Amino acid sequence: MARVALNYIKRQSPVHELTGTTKLVFFLAWSIVSMVTFDTRVLVCMLAVGAVIFKVSKITIRDISVVLGLAAIFLLLNNLFIYLFTPEYGVEVYESRDVLFTIVGRYTVTAQQLFYHLNITLKVICVVPIALLFIACTDPSEFASSLARIGVSYRAGYAVSLALRYIPDVQREYRNISQAQQARGIDLSGKDKLLTRLKNSVAILLPLIMSSINRIEVVSNAMELRGFGKEKKRTWYMQRKLNRNDWLAIALAAAIVAVGMTVTFWDGSRFYNPFL
Amino acid sequence: MKKLSVKSVVAIGIGAALFFVLGKVAIPSPVPNTNISLQYAVEAVFATLFGPIAGVLIGFIGHTLIDATSYGPWWSWIIASAFVGLVIGLATMKLNVEEGIDSKKLIHFNVAQIVAHLLAWGLVAPVLDILIYKEPIEKLFAQGLMASVSNIITTGVVGTLLLLGYAKTVVKKGSLEKED
Amino acid sequence: MAQPIISFKDYGFQYRAQASPTLHHINLDIYPGEKVLIAGASGSGKSTVGSCINGLIPYAYPGESTGELWVGGKDPKKESIFTLSQIVGTVLQDTDGQFIGLTVGEDIAFALENDCIPQDEMKLTVEETAKLVDIDHHLAYAPHELSGGQKQRVSLAGVMVEHVQALLFDEPLANLDPAAGRVTIELIDEVQKRTGAAVIIIEHRLEDVLWRSVDRIVLMNEGRIVADMPTKAFLADTKLLEHGIREPLYLTALRYAGVPITEELEPQHVNSLRLLEEHKGQVRAWYQKNEGLGRAKEQRRELLSVENLSFGYTSDVQNLKNISFSIREGEMVSIVGKNGAGKSTLAKLICGFEKPTSGRICLEGRDLLGDTIKERAQRIGYVMQNPNQMISKPMIWDEVEMALLAGGMSAEERRERVEDTLKICGLYPFRKWPVSALSFGQKKRVTIAGILVQQPRIIILDEPTAGQDYHHYTEIMEFLKGLNEQGFTIIMITHDMHLMLEYTPRAIAFCEGELLADTTAAHVLNDPALVRRANLKETSLYTLSMACGIENPQAFTERFIAYEEAHRQRQEG
Repeated sequence: MARVALNYIKRQSPVHELTGTTKLVFFLAWSIVSMVTFDTRVLVCMLAVGAVIFKVSKITIRDISVVLGLAAIFLLLNNLFIYLFTPEYGVEVYESRDVLFTIVGRYTVTAQQLFYHLNITLKVICVVPIALLFIACTDPSEFASSLARIGVSYRAGYAVSLALRYIPDVQREYRNISQAQQARGIDLSGKDKLLTRLKNSVAILLPLIMSSINRIEVVSNAMELRGFGKEKKRTWYMQRKLNRNDWLAIALAAAIVAVGMTVTFWDGSRFYNPFL
Repeated sequence: MKKLSVKSVVAIGIGAALFFVLGKVAIPSPVPNTNISLQYAVEAVFATLFGPIAGVLIGFIGHTLIDATSYGPWWSWIIASAFVGLVIGLATMKLNVEEGIDSKKLIHFNVAQIVAHLLAWGLVAPVLDILIYKEPIEKLFAQGLMASVSNIITTGVVGTLLLLGYAKTVVKKGSLEKED
Repeated sequence: MAQPIISFKDYGFQYRAQASPTLHHINLDIYPGEKVLIAGASGSGKSTVGSCINGLIPYAYPGESTGELWVGGKDPKKESIFTLSQIVGTVLQDTDGQFIGLTVGEDIAFALENDCIPQDEMKLTVEETAKLVDIDHHLAYAPHELSGGQKQRVSLAGVMVEHVQALLFDEPLANLDPAAGRVTIELIDEVQKRTGAAVIIIEHRLEDVLWRSVDRIVLMNEGRIVADMPTKAFLADTKLLEHGIREPLYLTALRYAGVPITEELEPQHVNSLRLLEEHKGQVRAWYQKNEGLGRAKEQRRELLSVENLSFGYTSDVQNLKNISFSIREGEMVSIVGKNGAGKSTLAKLICGFEKPTSGRICLEGRDLLGDTIKERAQRIGYVMQNPNQMISKPMIWDEVEMALLAGGMSAEERRERVEDTLKICGLYPFRKWPVSALSFGQKKRVTIAGILVQQPRIIILDEPTAGQDYHHYTEIMEFLKGLNEQGFTIIMITHDMHLMLEYTPRAIAFCEGELLADTTAAHVLNDPALVRRANLKETSLYTLSMACGIENPQAFTERFIAYEEAHRQRQEG
């Protein structure tokens, strides 16, 4: 059973002290910029800022090594696929062609292709630390109220909180059911045919779903009995007030959006093209 | 947006937890680098039972949590996951599985899930990938096709069996059993 | 006299999905500050009465009602569930389901959040209420870091923040070990004394609830109230015996000895009993008369042996420490101890779900280490606590046949095997039925059949009777006893002291990953030090025998159990 690769890591740091709302806003702004821009200069700057924030957060590389490994594999495969399908895609994007050497047949290596790979890799790399910090430095108890504060309905926000609450329970139940069924010859990882394995998975999923449906009934009764949904709003036990640092962080996020977008679209294209 | 009922809120929360847990259980498949994603079968069943809003949010929250705890969010695919729940939820709104199930309803469910997966992985995800990541079209559509086929098969086999099992175990309860 | 806080007047109720009414002509008044126990077998309608009081009926469970019901002077049909929840606070049976927040503090605050109480005020109320139930040092804990008893405290605090006038407990003891159950009953009592709220407890475990005094007992059967009287008078009556509720053990023992149970005897608690010398003499005489009773043990050959077994889920924690014991062929053994003591972990190691860090597990002298889960399952079967967590086919036949499909048996062989198994389990007449048509006890049989079909030598059952009333308990246990008599070796993980005493001659007790004792069940329960460490509870038989001047309480317990078994057989035969 795969353990959750990343969890909230409780430490004392300026990043931890920011409210969940601030971190959520920052994270969203950051991901939007990194999604939109293909400008190498912006990406490199963001990477640098990200590295500083990471340092400040007191989260160590070791804490997130598993996740980084996964991200690396993902990046590697993604780059590999892009190259296998379209070895000269960079040439198209950057509208010029400088062949460095040829591996075999259509598989040339061009400066443009390499630059394209660099950019797409940077795009992912600069989101990863901020996404990881968002998860590692935010108390899950603050998620729901943070979503509510940025305008998401508290009902939907509370669904997130419930998901976080019941993930460990569902995980335990899945493991218990699958062990008991393995003892009756149900095995998903074995060498059976695909169809057999899919059918076998039902032997684990059906009890899991039936018990989840039962759980939904119990939990919604419990929530209703304690007045959930009574008012249009609700208050939050774990919500914190925004203080000076929060506003500074939000200002930084705004600045990143403004500067990033301006630099990116200055010349009318998302790409920074050093070849022309 | 219509006010979510408490039951829907809980169904979304627990559905997303299921989506997350199943998404983290890697089941190797014969095609390299595409795992069998059981979470889509469960998302489809929950969308059928609890409606399109539950479907969207289960996919969105569940997939975001999976990505956020593994390699950072890949928004295009997250949105595609949410889209699957939306389409299946909308298409099966009048199915009333709670009142029993027959082959007509199962065909209806399967048509819905096939359309949902084709649109999500063949259209929504690649288009978003082009917009966001400017990835080459050839690669994206090859990937999308593979994901569609694998998810259609998974949802078709597992989702159908789950619905059947659900209908047979739950529906008769009210009329046969004493409450305690 | 004060106005009742809850008042049923000729009330009836029928669920929309049901063919006939679940409640008939209920007349019941509960007054402020009263403590009432609603008892009854499964399906007696006692939970439905609870749902009427807290407003789940008609809000979450629609249906037709007749007659009148008033809760806090209001008609639930005309009020929202929110209004009712400020009058009656409900603590549900499933403490994991009721624990909604990510931490203790948030969960206690849940109702206040929904009321839009400002945060400062909320923190204060949470702090105060948490102190009241003694959980204030755990406010930042997540649910999986708490024991069942602690979670229940959180649930209680979570409904008390609303300053409710009545507290409703739905089977509060079902998921707790005996010691934790006792603490819960004490806690309910204290909370009531401090707040003055009316308390309604829905439970079938009479003796455990009576650990603290209860004003009134309401007995339900088939949707009707069959008794509603003060505790003393209720116990002096014999009504409960007819309705699937178990009489407290000390009273049964007194009856066996020929002591008449009257109100003057103060029968509500084993410590309150006013036994005359004459009565004590009767008990002693009964004890001496039954000297020959007690179980004779024959030693058979060793089947399963566990040697120096150690295990930890993570490298820094040891969940099991150097465990050694052995099980002989044909035995029926209980494994007992506190929640989290390592009982379930042990079962998982024996079944091969987890691998030991050191030590051996041998079956008939052969080390099982190299065997896969599937191979072990041919010899050692494992039955989960909740049958709904195991059943994955809609039809009984398919469910039982499932384990054989992977083995490459011919259809004919499979049919024979399934038929034989269904016959052993008394399910043969139902072989073509859907599982959904069965009762909980029958479903349990189906899951056991699904394991037996692989013809294992040993069956391990996790909490086989959890949450079952006396009738279903007896049904399941007599079935297991029958299997044992047919030669199956049975190991049970249990919290149930009665089960351990009545059905398993031998008990193995665990505490914090260590094997505390491996002895007779009667000995475990008559050794106060052991009882304390394993989070068990001495039986009232122990207290009674001491009160009557019997020097060997263990022998008294053994004779009682043997006498009762013979008595039961006489009744059946």
